[in-house]
Amino acid sequence: MNNNKLPAWINVLLLPLLNLALALAVSALVFIAVDVNPLDAAQLMIEGALGYQEGVGYTLYYATNFIFTGLAVAIAFSAGLFNIGGEGQAYIGGLGTGLVCLLLGPSMPFWIVFPVALLAGMAFGALWALIPAYLQAYRGSHVVITTIMFNFIAASLMVYLMVNVLKPEGEMSAVSAVFESNAHLPMMHDILGWFGIDFVRSPLNLSFFLALAALVLVWLLLWHTRWGYAIRALGSNPTAATYGGINPKRLTVIVMLISGALAGMLGMNEVMGYSQQIRLGFVSGYGFTGIAVALIGRGHPIGIFFASLLFGILFQGGNELSFEYANIEREMVEVVQSLVVLFSGALSLMLVKPVEKIYLALTASRANQANTQEA
Amino acid sequence: MKHAISLTAAAVALSLSSIASAAEFKPAVSYDTAGKHDRSFGQAVYENGVTAFQNDSGVSVFEYTPANETQREQGLDRLARRGYSPIITVGFNYSSALAKVAEKYPETDFVIIDSVVDLPNVKSLIYAEHEGSFLVGALAAMVSETNAVSFVGGMDIPLIRKFACGYEQGAKHVNADIGYYQNMIGSTPSAFADPVRGAELAKSQFSRGSDVVFAAAGGSGNGVYQAAKDEGKLAIGVDSNQNYMFPGTMLTSMVKLVGKSTYDVFADYKEGNFEAGLDVRNLAAGGIDWALDEYNRDLVSAEHEEAVKAIAQQIIDGEIKVHDYMASNDCSF
Repeated sequence: MNNNKLPAWINVLLLPLLNLALALAVSALVFIAVDVNPLDAAQLMIEGALGYQEGVGYTLYYATNFIFTGLAVAIAFSAGLFNIGGEGQAYIGGLGTGLVCLLLGPSMPFWIVFPVALLAGMAFGALWALIPAYLQAYRGSHVVITTIMFNFIAASLMVYLMVNVLKPEGEMSAVSAVFESNAHLPMMHDILGWFGIDFVRSPLNLSFFLALAALVLVWLLLWHTRWGYAIRALGSNPTAATYGGINPKRLTVIVMLISGALAGMLGMNEVMGYSQQIRLGFVSGYGFTGIAVALIGRGHPIGIFFASLLFGILFQGGNELSFEYANIEREMVEVVQSLVVLFSGALSLMLVKPVEKIYLALTASRANQANTQEA
Repeated sequence: MKHAISLTAAAVALSLSSIASAAEFKPAVSYDTAGKHDRSFGQAVYENGVTAFQNDSGVSVFEYTPANETQREQGLDRLARRGYSPIITVGFNYSSALAKVAEKYPETDFVIIDSVVDLPNVKSLIYAEHEGSFLVGALAAMVSETNAVSFVGGMDIPLIRKFACGYEQGAKHVNADIGYYQNMIGSTPSAFADPVRGAELAKSQFSRGSDVVFAAAGGSGNGVYQAAKDEGKLAIGVDSNQNYMFPGTMLTSMVKLVGKSTYDVFADYKEGNFEAGLDVRNLAAGGIDWALDEYNRDLVSAEHEEAVKAIAQQIIDGEIKVHDYMASNDCSF
């Protein structure tokens, strides 16, 4: 990605911040248009997301989802594959996790349910990515198209299962039974409570640590294993990678399986952690937001962590905004989020040229000064 | 003297605080994620319930719309913590979130529309959609010239099948041999916002012989009504009175008076009346009705009007039992 003439700190730090600032500047105009002081709104958003314990809990809970789906998109992208199917893979992955909780919950202790639910979530998510991966690798159907289609299939399948199979008798909304308590992930306020730390109730749960572990593991995989090298080689130049002895077809399938498995882990947070039952539509766009997270995070686990945090703040802080201001509708919060996606994702390269020009001009003038001083 | 003043002051303060805690009326509404401008359910609550009550009583109603599943519970929790009561939750999707929050705040009164949450501080407003659908089904069968009627549903969920099942029963009550076709638009929530598909399904049903179509499909219904107008067939609206949309081809609307119920709950609560528990708004209770106004007056003959009213009376009296799909999850009657 970095084929410009800028040093790393500008690429990694300054450009994303500039893009973010632009997005927020345009958002400010939207707030001014409805007579809300944008500074007050920004303050409320940040305080609501980070200023008190419950807000922090919600922010990190959202971030957990985005880490999973962001990593899923990023790892596929580093092999040159654009996996748009995170939404469906997370949905089916959550189904796997939920089924294990429903089936094993009544009879097995937590330390058995937990790993099986985690593995089932990853396996279901991976399997949902398998067919698009196979079609891409061996049949040449483009993975963008097939993964989008699989999102729809996942949605339909889940409706069928929720309505006809999983919904308990007499329940009106499409939700499964609530899991037994030994199939609940420990909540963060309980975990901290064991160590004598008081933390208010929030949806934040153990899966936050799973997400952090996933970040580290993806980093290790991509930059410190032969597989990771092969994945990145395939992503930057498939022809050279093939010439170098990498089997692109096999690797495509493997990468998509890992990607699907990462997306599938979202169910740990949403299904086993937060709602403790399978609900229709529990993914609610987190899979798509993962694409933006991966783009803003520049496909690097550290970047994805901060991008996930940013979106966590936007989701939680945005909710505070629409709660506190009667004239800020939920849709306006979505506009702010979309502007961030637009400037940081779609227009991420817009500022590269101007910044490059300024930077080169500055360094040139400095070099000139140095030269004249020497002379 | 000084003592007496401080005593009275204390008494006044005491009585004021007791008034504040006992009679504080801070109504709030939490809409479904579709929002309050969904042209259907949420909008009926917003316009005929919230707005009407604010105008009549001068009490402002706090409104909240969650953006995702998590925010349902988060929003309710915060409303309760801020001391709002009663809190009306719009839609069956709230049932699991409400069950958690209502248990946590036993002093707060909650209302849920379209679902049952069995807690001592929750009022569950249920509508007998099957009864209303039965009536419009009966009317459809009376006016059908091709001897076939049809149904277009939005998202394929039990609630929508409940409409369909009542409609089918009504049509077959009038004419046991009538042809009946039924299609659902889709299996995701977007099925409620797909007028193009709605129109397609309605047209295919017309080509199979139906000449009256009932749409319980949210925003997709607009496509169904448009198709009926284009082909000169009849359509039946849902939830709100939609007769005005296409005068001349809108036979009637199956009206679910959610806005009125919202208004009633607020008005009663203001007077200090609130009763938790199941509150079934059926034909007898005036929660469900069929719409007859200047826009469809010419389509419904006096004879048919009488017949439908007679059936309504029979349902109210219990002489006709309309099977509720959701009671058994199937439509065998």
